[in-house]
Amino acid sequence: MRSVIAFENVAYSYGGGELLSDISLRLAPGSFHFLTGPSGAGKSTFLKLCYAELLPTAGHLSLFDREVRSLSRDDIALTRRRIGVVHQDCQFLDHLPLAANVTLPLTVAGRTGEAKDLNDLLGWVGLGALGQALPPSLSGGERQRAALARAIIMGPDVILADEPTGNLDWEMSLRLLTLLTELNRMGKTVLVATHDLNLIRQAKSQVPARVLRIAKRRIQLAGADL
Amino acid sequence: MKLPLFLRDDSGTDSVVPPSGHTAWLTSFTAAAMAFLAVFALALSLAAGNLAARWSDALDRTATVRLSAPEDQIDLQTKAILDTLATTPGIASARAMTDEEQRALLAPWFGPDLPIDSLPLPRLIEITEDGTGYDTEGLRQRLAAEAPGAVLDDHTRWRRPLAVAASRLRLLGLLSIVLITGATAAMITLAASAALAANAQVIRTLRLVGARDAYIARAFVRRFTLRALVGAAIGTALGMLGVALLPAADSAGGFLTGLGFHGAGWLLPLALPPLTALVAFAATRASAFRKLRELT
Repeated sequence: MRSVIAFENVAYSYGGGELLSDISLRLAPGSFHFLTGPSGAGKSTFLKLCYAELLPTAGHLSLFDREVRSLSRDDIALTRRRIGVVHQDCQFLDHLPLAANVTLPLTVAGRTGEAKDLNDLLGWVGLGALGQALPPSLSGGERQRAALARAIIMGPDVILADEPTGNLDWEMSLRLLTLLTELNRMGKTVLVATHDLNLIRQAKSQVPARVLRIAKRRIQLAGADL
Repeated sequence: MKLPLFLRDDSGTDSVVPPSGHTAWLTSFTAAAMAFLAVFALALSLAAGNLAARWSDALDRTATVRLSAPEDQIDLQTKAILDTLATTPGIASARAMTDEEQRALLAPWFGPDLPIDSLPLPRLIEITEDGTGYDTEGLRQRLAAEAPGAVLDDHTRWRRPLAVAASRLRLLGLLSIVLITGATAAMITLAASAALAANAQVIRTLRLVGARDAYIARAFVRRFTLRALVGAAIGTALGMLGVALLPAADSAGGFLTGLGFHGAGWLLPLALPPLTALVAFAATRASAFRKLRELT
């Protein structure tokens, strides 16, 4: 496989105008990237393109070497099972307990038998005692950690995280970063959108991470100044 | 009993959709009400069909000669008519009705104590065809020559409007069932669409974690199909009970007392719950896939 996610002259326009323009980028298997940039620059939009919630309005985007526009709705669903996403707004099913939410990707894939390590996983993200709690009763930080647990429970090839440490204290942020770097060492491709420059500096001391910056609708490689 | 595959919850599909409120009982109530009405429409249609067949059978093979003549000519002309009929091809038998039979015919209108001897009633002669049919116009001309007071009534003027009315009534009954089925589908589609729209956030989350449309649709389809099945079963049971409690048909009964099921006809309403479930399945499935494409 040449790349897990490949952008080729990709643009994305909302009704009001072009948000991303002429993006060409390849995320190689096992790479670690940070995506940074000012608020509203298009970081979340870029991530949504990466898991096909949005489709490019121009250019070519491939996920696991398949052109995203050629994917059927079922293909997109199957592709998303290979991509763990930590959403900024941490969407959960509020009527299900936390444990059922974390194992939801396994449930929808018909792989409920693979949830054996759930307690270990919940314990690792510090939610071991909250398996039966309903999502509305969780704090922002707890929801973010639960979202991370859900994102990795399928053992995805790619992990996308949108501001994953936004509601976490520094200790928990480091813990999360350690988990992401461990997953990266296991061969997972990781892309983290964040404002947190300290987190990026910390990560660069652990893994050879590349830093991408969105500015003026385009993505540039940053790094020397971080 | 094992449920059909599309109604089973082998994969925990059901639990991912939150329990819905008003759409649950709305679907069951609609299915029950529609099934209740469908039972009566079915009973109406069957009764009209039976009636049409009965009237046709009773009137199709018989005719009547009505003889009005002076008293001293009655017997003579009656004999002449019977002789004429006996030699007419297509007529199996002919006989003059007795006074008792004529009194029985008039009893519903004038009561059982009608003094038939003192009334100038015409003599009625009943004709039974043999199935090949006879030449109506030729017979009329022969009767006019043999018995000037005889009038042949082949029941056409009664039979045709009755048969037409009965067959139209039957058609209306069947049309009602089609309309009820359509209305059920429409109501369930609306309820399913409302449930899907109310769960847009749930659906979005499921899609984002890799759920396929078929998986999400199955949760809704299963719920609505089961609700429709249960509602229709209740409505059908109540409808059948209502039909069973209608007054029994008897000799004095009119059309309405003949409304009901007979013999194997009682099995027909039992097809309504599975039919309703099938309609709910198709309506919810179509609605779910359409809505899923809109929502995500």
